[in-house]
Amino acid sequence: MRPQSVGWLFLAPTLFILFVFGVLPFIYVLVVGFFDWNSFAADPTPRFSGVNNYRELVFDSGYLMSLWNTLRFGVFAVVSEIILGYALAQLFMRNFPLKGFFRTIHTLPLMIAPVAVGATWRLMTVPGLGPIPYYLDKWFGIDFLISRYPQQAFFTTVVMDVWHWTPLVTLTLLAALSSMPKEPFEQAQIDGANRFQTFWYVTLPMLKPAILSAVFIRLMDAMRTVDEVWMLTGGGPGAATRYVGLYIWRVVFPKTDYGYGSAMSLITLYLTIVLCWLLYAGLVARRDLRRTE
Amino acid sequence: MKRDRPALSLAFWVFSSLITLFPIYWMFVVSAKSRVELFGAPSFIIKSFFAENYWATITNTTYQGFMFNSIVIATSNALLVTTLALFATYALSRYPLVGKENVFFWTITNRMAPPAAFLLPLFLLYTQVFVVGDWKMFDTRIGLILLYCVFNLPFAIWTMRGVIDAIPHELDEAAYVDGAKTWQVLFHVITPLARPGLAVTAILTWVFAWNEYLFAATLTSVHARTITTGLAEFVTVTGTNWGQMAATAMLTLIPAVLFLALVQKHIVAGLTFGAVKG
Repeated sequence: MRPQSVGWLFLAPTLFILFVFGVLPFIYVLVVGFFDWNSFAADPTPRFSGVNNYRELVFDSGYLMSLWNTLRFGVFAVVSEIILGYALAQLFMRNFPLKGFFRTIHTLPLMIAPVAVGATWRLMTVPGLGPIPYYLDKWFGIDFLISRYPQQAFFTTVVMDVWHWTPLVTLTLLAALSSMPKEPFEQAQIDGANRFQTFWYVTLPMLKPAILSAVFIRLMDAMRTVDEVWMLTGGGPGAATRYVGLYIWRVVFPKTDYGYGSAMSLITLYLTIVLCWLLYAGLVARRDLRRTE
Repeated sequence: MKRDRPALSLAFWVFSSLITLFPIYWMFVVSAKSRVELFGAPSFIIKSFFAENYWATITNTTYQGFMFNSIVIATSNALLVTTLALFATYALSRYPLVGKENVFFWTITNRMAPPAAFLLPLFLLYTQVFVVGDWKMFDTRIGLILLYCVFNLPFAIWTMRGVIDAIPHELDEAAYVDGAKTWQVLFHVITPLARPGLAVTAILTWVFAWNEYLFAATLTSVHARTITTGLAEFVTVTGTNWGQMAATAMLTLIPAVLFLALVQKHIVAGLTFGAVKG
């Protein structure tokens, strides 16, 4: 057999499964997005409506608001996770007693089901039970009630996400840091570079692919968060934490507005891909440019 | 590497660990208390272990079924995904396939889709299209096992790519020169060298499958329901039974924690996540 065919043969089962369970539903969503279809409406049969759903979408302040909140949530969470994750990864590069033990503890949140994470943070913040509202009130006189104050609810979801996902960033960066060659660092030391210069000119460029993939996967997952936030706040108060995943879920399930929900998911998916592609292309292209200089 | 100020670094790690562990500890505290004890000022000490919360879940045959389903689904999915990802990354890494970088990027786009949108088409596919006689894919374990590939396969491929790329091509070529078949190269040259990466991929996909909630809640009704759906029911149905909810949540983390303890040494080496290319 020709090498080409052998290669495709190896890829075939993967492509098949991704096609049946990923692409088929996607095509379905694509088609339904052009229909007016709500099973609770007076006329529950799908009617072709062209780009009407998309036209509505542009003026749907609820959707735009949730998109904006999701983006804000994603940026706050991912930036904090990268900074914290990098700091922890760098600290884990040193030698200290019980290193493996501490690393296991710092990986723990990653392994917990999002539903359970949401449950945990709910137990932490529910008034009359959780320690967070109790001590914030006792020590600082802060009225902490995420079911009432949108800002508090927003930042609680960010903190929850950071708690849950920083370990992933730490591990990814730790893997990259430990596989780095020693010579550039020794060379930098010989050349008399200070700590910041070493970080900026040696560590950062070599770490960039790892940082990039960490940002990538985290941003993608933040854009589609549902379970944790649902368990913690249920999307409230009002619509403050109704991130785009939750917003779509509400349109598709309780409201059964299938056509509109489909159009919305397509646009969301498209925006996520564009965002990731811009990041990818921007950062990779910049690096190649520097290399040719 | 130099060892600097061990007392200070120990203090830092203890402090940082306390912050990391606190939410889990609090959940444990809640799970070990009766409803009455939970009211008033929060207390972090467990005076008497209120085991009823745990027994209520463990002895419940419905929850036993949920646990069993979760174990079967996560294990099958992890094995399937790791095997397929090994094949796929080997092809992407070693064969001159036209447009393979596009295929590589395309796989990850399957992970980006907001899952909520795909619930409806999948629900319809599972109840109307994937039907053979009396058998429907809806509410079956195999349905969830295959579906979880959609988000686990891209993750596995992106993680394994770096691992496979890092294995020198000369090794395969030497084996081919010695007359090895393709499958022999794959199983006797690549697999042993990629073992840490494979192990980490398998464990993480296992955990992701074990933790999944949204699809499991929508695409099953009775027979294939998983433990996460059972956990979520505490919020939607009983509302305020915090003690048993915390106990059930504690139970869902046990296998994940055990796995983590087993592989934590290899987890770093395995998690390069496509980062080798750059």
